[in-house]
Amino acid sequence: MVEIIRQPWPWYISGLAITAIMLILVYFGKSFGFSSNLRTICAMAGAGKHITFFNYDWKSQRWNLMFLFGAIIGGFISSHWLQADIPLALSKATILDLQKMDIHFDGRTAPGQLFNWHFLLSPKGLFIFLGGGFLVGFSTRYAGGCTSGHAISGLSNLQVPSLIAVAGFFVGGLVTTHLIFPLLF
Amino acid sequence: MKFIKYIITGILFGIVMSKSEAVSWYRIQEMFRFQSFHMFGIIGTAVLSGVLFTWLIKVFKVKDLQAEHIKFPEKDRSWKRYLYGGIIFGLGWALTGACPGPIFVLLGQGYAIMGVVIFGSLLGTYTYGAIKSKLPH
Repeated sequence: MVEIIRQPWPWYISGLAITAIMLILVYFGKSFGFSSNLRTICAMAGAGKHITFFNYDWKSQRWNLMFLFGAIIGGFISSHWLQADIPLALSKATILDLQKMDIHFDGRTAPGQLFNWHFLLSPKGLFIFLGGGFLVGFSTRYAGGCTSGHAISGLSNLQVPSLIAVAGFFVGGLVTTHLIFPLLF
Repeated sequence: MKFIKYIITGILFGIVMSKSEAVSWYRIQEMFRFQSFHMFGIIGTAVLSGVLFTWLIKVFKVKDLQAEHIKFPEKDRSWKRYLYGGIIFGLGWALTGACPGPIFVLLGQGYAIMGVVIFGSLLGTYTYGAIKSKLPH
């Protein structure tokens, strides 16, 4: 059993598993939306004293912080005990495209070439990781949700606003990938 | 102890995100280059099965754990915040290669530098809260 789980999962199993997570939370009387945790953490840290957006009953959101805590543990369990020793099956075309930018495919989850402290502390590294994080944090509250809240929960409930948001996700993602990355690398 | 079920669900989520490779920086690059069906298959399957089960829950008036009828929140009717916010999100998603869930899952996988991404995202959320009233919604 563990041997089967250790292999990379096919997309249809992964997709159904994500829906199962959403349904479990719905059954608990909650909704699947990860990024609201960022607002909760700000509120918890006392941001509500100065800014009304963070002045709300954040304690009602503690369940989601527990979900976030679990997600970290889940990542730890996966990398320690559920990882088969085979490289990521990335498409040849992507490997070649990345190579043109001098980013070498190492078969892991993320390129070690970028995901290290030395690169992070360079101007490009700070732009990508600190700047990228800033954009994610800013926009999830602006758009009222992220991939889980809009693409999964929202689209499942046929919400037009979520469709607009997801279209926006792709516009932004295409701009970064095809216009900004070639400028950086 | 009432929180234990959320921790367990979160652990499942972390495992699903890891095993699906949705946390992979490479997979996000591949998706935005339309060079593999993998990520589209994952999101497509999740959305189609999600639509089906959400509809079934409504039709059969399914009750939750607290024996209350399950309701699905409606998003506010507007387009500006979703379009502008969505585009900014996409810019950040492709830059870091991770959306909010995977950022924390990767931290658990041992990518300590995700701590910087988390710090940046908290700064971003704080900034949104501070200038919210000046933005078009």
